[in-house]
Amino acid sequence: MAGFLLRRLVNYVVLALVATFLAFTLASVTFDPIGLLQQRNPPPPAASIEAKKRDLHLDQPIPQRFVTWMSGVVQGDFGRTVADRPITDELGRRIGVSLRLFLLGITIGILFGVLIGVVSAIRQYKFSDYFATLFSFILLSTPVLVLGNLLKIGAQSINNSIGSNVLIFVGEETPGFQGNWFEHLGDRLQHLILPTLAIALGQIAYYSRYQRSSMLDVLGSDFLRTAQAKGLTRRKALMKHGLRTALIPMATLFAFGFGLLVVGGTFTERIFTWYGMGDWLVTGISAQDTNITATVTLFVAVCVLFSGWLADVLYAALDPRIRVN
Amino acid sequence: MTVILNEGDSAGTAGAAQGSPVDAAPEPDKAMTRGRLVLIRFMRNRLALIGLIIIVAMYLLAFVGPLLSQWSYEDRDYSAFLQPPYADHIFGTDNIGTDMFAQTMRGLQKSLIIGLLVALISTTVAAIVGATAGYFLGVADKALMWVVDLLLVLPSFLIIAILSPWFRGKSWWLLVLMLAAFQWMITARIVRGMTLTLKEREFVKAARFMGQPARTIIAKHIVPNMASLLIIDATINVATAVLAETGLSYFGFGVQSPDVSLGTLIGNFAQSATTFPWLFLFPAGFLVVFVLAVNWVGDGLRDALDPTSTRVRRKEKKDTKEKAA
Repeated sequence: MAGFLLRRLVNYVVLALVATFLAFTLASVTFDPIGLLQQRNPPPPAASIEAKKRDLHLDQPIPQRFVTWMSGVVQGDFGRTVADRPITDELGRRIGVSLRLFLLGITIGILFGVLIGVVSAIRQYKFSDYFATLFSFILLSTPVLVLGNLLKIGAQSINNSIGSNVLIFVGEETPGFQGNWFEHLGDRLQHLILPTLAIALGQIAYYSRYQRSSMLDVLGSDFLRTAQAKGLTRRKALMKHGLRTALIPMATLFAFGFGLLVVGGTFTERIFTWYGMGDWLVTGISAQDTNITATVTLFVAVCVLFSGWLADVLYAALDPRIRVN
Repeated sequence: MTVILNEGDSAGTAGAAQGSPVDAAPEPDKAMTRGRLVLIRFMRNRLALIGLIIIVAMYLLAFVGPLLSQWSYEDRDYSAFLQPPYADHIFGTDNIGTDMFAQTMRGLQKSLIIGLLVALISTTVAAIVGATAGYFLGVADKALMWVVDLLLVLPSFLIIAILSPWFRGKSWWLLVLMLAAFQWMITARIVRGMTLTLKEREFVKAARFMGQPARTIIAKHIVPNMASLLIIDATINVATAVLAETGLSYFGFGVQSPDVSLGTLIGNFAQSATTFPWLFLFPAGFLVVFVLAVNWVGDGLRDALDPTSTRVRRKEKKDTKEKAA
């Protein structure tokens, strides 16, 4: 099993490197920060443009630029932005902001998605199943960019009817907030609710559909009937034999879901003005900044890689056949 | 719609034999072809039928609607700035007095055309590449699988966003090609898998032993046998493409001015979502309803074309229950 996990890990690392190299190359080819600089009014002097070109290594061929950047990354230096600020300064804070949002969102998404899926499958064609189906259909058709803004409108009207700002939809904390740690926590929570919902709702809908159908497949299987026939209660049979088997195909899905999550997170961060990695990607591309774009891509790749590898571990834990081989 | 289905039928699909005759309710004077069977099953699914009507209505509205309105998207009504919907402007006006109905229709036009084109192109490419890779295996096959893996790490959203400075100011056709270029891979992988099974079937072997060239076998025997999958996939791809386009355009990475799509409208007016909600709600509403309708139709098609899927199975279960009672 260690061999299996190690092989997968190597595969993921190679994929992440290729992905980052591709993003870096594409960005270097299409981005023209010097052109943006020259469009400024008044135009900067020729000497400073030349200096900027040298700073950004634009005089080197692209593969060499990548090697330069990558060797910096290995030492923890992610280069400088076009505006000449070190990326490393901002990186940690932004990763923290994003991960807080993503991890909470995906945890809630997986838990409730699996729960709702299983309940829908067990109580198939009951009212709750129809309700969940309709709801997830609507949610799956609502992209985050609509859902997030709808949540904002909803929060606004809730706030208006209560008469106080309970649900806050700008930023991740109140700037200059004074209070003890408990009040700080409350303030953060007020900011966290809406963006987390924006991420989790879509995930719940997505996972619950798949969990429902994979659970339905298992429900009709012989081994579950056997388990009940040998005297297990229905609940025990469902939990020990049913759910465990039904979770196996989901493991891959959870990993795949993380890639979607990062894209969805970009919208969420922009809509709720969280300065995380997704927001950085949009600013980076708008400013035509190769280093920012490559850094965010590396972050995305590492996230997907890690969740993919986690899925493999989960897979091995759930399916004994993999452990044997 | 029937025409396409009939084509898939005349190619002699094996699935027809499995189509449960219980469903058919044949009329004695007309021969029951597979096309009619599929049509009857589809029409019986109320949600899918509603979805189909919505889709047709939206395409009609997008192209005929602007002709019926007295306002064009270039007109400005200087007597009405930021007006909520009323008799003169049924969708209200924005801050420079442009009629929101005219703007929404214009955005809808572009989004719907892009969705349709991307779906057609990507499904066609997926069928050709997937079938070729599955039939010949070898290097092409390995490369395909690897590219799909890579796309999981490097989401297409990211790639197109990075390339966006390059197609800024160019035709929206480029965006269509870009979206299609990144949407065919996953389908191609499914097609490849089905090709592997089909390749071993007697009629394909017979054709091969009769000396037919590979090109003919793929075009005449393999691809037509996946008609169900391809039709369903093309349908769902319309929604996927519209969502991808709106997502990119939301940030200004997709459709570029002077063109307008639902995504650019939603992006422009998202800031006013809480203060002037109608600006945001109309384009967003059209987007969600369209995607929902496509999903319903896709689901209905799956049930109609693939009788072993869940919904029909439920009907059979009900039938047997009634018989037992």
